[in-house]
This record gives sequence, structure tokens and C-alpha cells, in this order.
Amino acid sequence: MSKIELNDVSVSYIVGDFSNVGLKDVIIQKIKGTYTQKEFLAVDHVTFSLDEGELLGIVGSNGAGKSTLLKVISGIMRPTNGTMAVNGSIASLLELGTGFDGDLTVKENTFLRGAMLGYTREFMNETYKSIIDFAELQDFEDRKFSHLSSGMKSRLAFSIACLVKPEILILDEVLSVGDGAFRKKSEDKMFEIIKGGATTLLVSHSISQIRRMATKVLWLDKGKQIAFGDTKEICDKYEAFLKTK
Amino acid sequence: MIEAIRSQIVQLKKHKFLFEELVKRDFKKKYKRTVLGMLWSLISPLMQLLVMSVVFTHFFGQHKPHYTIYLFAGNLTYSFFKDSTNGGMNSLMQNAGIITKINLPKYMFLLSKNVASLINFGLTLIIFLVFAAVDGVVFHFRFLMLIYPIVCLIIFNIGCGFILSALFVIFKDIQYLYDIFTLMLMYLSAIFYYTDSYPENIQRLFYLNPLYVYITYMRHIVLDGYIPGLATHALCLIYAFGALAIGALIYKKYNYKFMYYM
Repeated sequence: MSKIELNDVSVSYIVGDFSNVGLKDVIIQKIKGTYTQKEFLAVDHVTFSLDEGELLGIVGSNGAGKSTLLKVISGIMRPTNGTMAVNGSIASLLELGTGFDGDLTVKENTFLRGAMLGYTREFMNETYKSIIDFAELQDFEDRKFSHLSSGMKSRLAFSIACLVKPEILILDEVLSVGDGAFRKKSEDKMFEIIKGGATTLLVSHSISQIRRMATKVLWLDKGKQIAFGDTKEICDKYEAFLKTK
Repeated sequence: MIEAIRSQIVQLKKHKFLFEELVKRDFKKKYKRTVLGMLWSLISPLMQLLVMSVVFTHFFGQHKPHYTIYLFAGNLTYSFFKDSTNGGMNSLMQNAGIITKINLPKYMFLLSKNVASLINFGLTLIIFLVFAAVDGVVFHFRFLMLIYPIVCLIIFNIGCGFILSALFVIFKDIQYLYDIFTLMLMYLSAIFYYTDSYPENIQRLFYLNPLYVYITYMRHIVLDGYIPGLATHALCLIYAFGALAIGALIYKKYNYKFMYYM
């Protein structure tokens, strides 16, 4: 049985400067009859399936819909069209470092994040020490989170998210966390999870990384699925395409 | 219906740890970890009460018995409503960074905010009862019925918080409009005046204001010495669950659409 199966999935965004629109403006626009809502397909009819233990590399230029697709798979967004089946627990590392609270201490943030990721209190009590050890933040436990450097923040986020054994791992450009030493450590940890049989989705702009790690590749461009399949073949095509640009 | 409620309870249990951590966070942020921070949130309504009481008794010649308690009952309820709904309104946008990255039930953020306001309300309520005792109000078993309007008000606040937070995600000027609205509501809730100077049919119109109903219920128990009739009970319940139902429906319908506006 495939772990992830997407069938003709589309996601449309509502666009416009709605994020600053006030109720007053909308009422006035409605009265004038100038109220419009544009839609835009961020993900346009994407179909693929992944089996257990596979690693899918997702490539494409900025705005190709990669992150939106990952949000759909992690359940944050719903597809507008098409069907999707995801079987298994998901650990998703989307844009590390966001969603922490600067006013709370490192320890408090660790517990809060753990709770958000669905861990239990017992589990957090047990693993808290190893999270801090892995992130190398032993001296900072009671510091305010906002006092950490951005590298430290991502290290903490990575450590919290990766200390479980997820069945599905979603990575959005996170393999470049921290300094050289930590990057090596985090890649090793990642491989450990992947080798443990996790199905992985990886967004990366580094083709060499994709070639090294992925078993399949999905190429998106402006939301459309250009190709899906064998790593070498698609990476070659994608690189040729980048050269012509 | 019962099945839906049961599944909600299972959900809540699953997210108990998250809920506790969120409450802790909101509490710490609200009071900035200082004793004074907590004290301040109590002093501020008391100062307001003091000013109002001085102004209305000395300048406007309000000399009914227990006027300060009458005022306090109104102010207490109104402050709780305002605090709780304002917090609720901001709860989604303040957590936008989390909501757009992690798949979590969104109402958790609103509920945790409400707990922080509720604690504040509880403390002010104790002071209110102390004031009442000092002012010579005789305590009676009847006072236990205060729980009824308070529970209704909590539900009502949560419902309004749902509606407002959803609106706030889409319309960023709701914050200012709501400020104006709450100010008007304060004047319409008979906090510092009596309604018996109005003709009978106008007095009845006051019952269209849910806040007035809750305030009146509390005043009847504490000051007037009786438990209001069945109609008032029904009204309390209808307003509370009406707001909650509308809020829950909006959340259910727009749950995945909030994302586009964050």
C-alpha cells in the first residue's frame, strides 16, 4: 500500500490585496459593485504516489507551489480539487524557527513546541534532556528565546521535530541548519530516520543533494506538474531546463 | 449531536498537554512574570470603579442604597466580556505563525486565551464579594446561583470570540470597529444608571442586550434578594448557545480558508 497518494490535486489561493482589506472597504466595494476576488492555482493538477521508505525530491523554481504542496500533505491546507490519502504519522519541518515565542525561555518553548507536535508530557519529560543536548543549548535553557542566535533557534526547532520516529517526514529546505558541524549531525540524524523506513518528502534547491538522496523526483513549475519519476532522468532534464533559462 | 460533543471531548483530551502549555504561555505573557503585573490587572478595574463611584454619587447625585455594588456588578461583567472577547479576537492572528505551519485545532488558541481572562475575572469576583460584604449585603444560599449567569457568560464570551477572531482574520479593521462597539455597549448596558426611569416598553428593549441580561441576573441575586424568573434563565442560555453555535459554524465552514488571509 502506498504511504502517500495524490490524485489530481489542485489548490487555489484567493489573491488580491485582501490581507489589508477592512470591512468598511469591502462594504463600499460591494455597494459600488467593484468587489472582485481572483483565484490563482498554486498547485495545478498534481498526481503522484509514494511507497514506504521512498524519498521524494521536489524541485522547481520559486513560486512553483512546492511549499503549498507540502502544506496540503501535512494537513494544514485542504486541496480545492482532487483526492489525497496520507497514511501514517507525519513530522513536518516547514520553515523552522517560526512559531516560537520570544518572551518564553528555551525550556518553555521546547515543551510548547513538543505539545504542538502532538507529543505527550511524559514523552517530553523523558526526552527534554536529549533534545537540549542534541541542539547543544545546555547553557541556554533558562534564557529567553529571543536572545538566541538564528542558528541556535533552528537547531532547537530541528532537534524537537526529529527526536520522534515519524512514518512520514516532510522537509522544506531544512538540511542547511546551523553551522558546519551541526549540519553534518543533522544530516546524519535525517538519514537515520530515512533508513528507519520513513517516507520522506524533501524540497531543495540543491540538485546534487536531490541526486544523492532521492529515489523519485517531482518537478513543478508554476503549480503544474512537469514530470514525476526516476531521479537521474528528471534531474538531468531539470538541469538542462535551468541552463536554457 | 451527542456523538459530536463526545468526539470533541476525545479531541480535547488528546490535546490536553497542548492546552496546558498554551494556558501557561498566555498567562506568563499577560502578567510578564511579575507580581505587580497580576496586581495591576486587579487594580485597574478597581480604580475605574472608584472614579465612577465618585463621579456618579457626588456629581450626579446617585444615592440609591448599595450604589457602588450596583456599579461594580455591571463593571465586573462588562470588563470580563471585553477582556475575554478582545483576547479571543486576537487569538488566531497572534498565532498565525504557528497555525500556518503546524496542523492544530485552531480553537485551542482561543480557549487558552479565555482561561487567562477567566482567572482575572475570578479574582475580581472575589473582591466584588468582599466589597459587598463590607457594604452590608447579607450573604444567602441564593448566591450559589451566581454560577448560572457566569457559566452562560463564559460560553457567550467564547462564542463571541469565535466570531470575532474569524472576522479579524479576514477584516483587519474589525479591531477598531469593535472598540467603538464595546464603548457603545458599555453605555447601553445600564452599568452606572438605573433603567426604571425609562417607560416599561423601553425597559424591555434592554433585554435584547445579552450583557444587560447577565448583569441584571447578578444584581437581582446580590442586591434585590431574589432569583430571576424562568424567562431570564432561558434568555441567558439562548444568548450563550446562540453565540457559540454561530461561532462554531463559522469555524467549521472556514477552518481551512483562514490560511489564505494570514
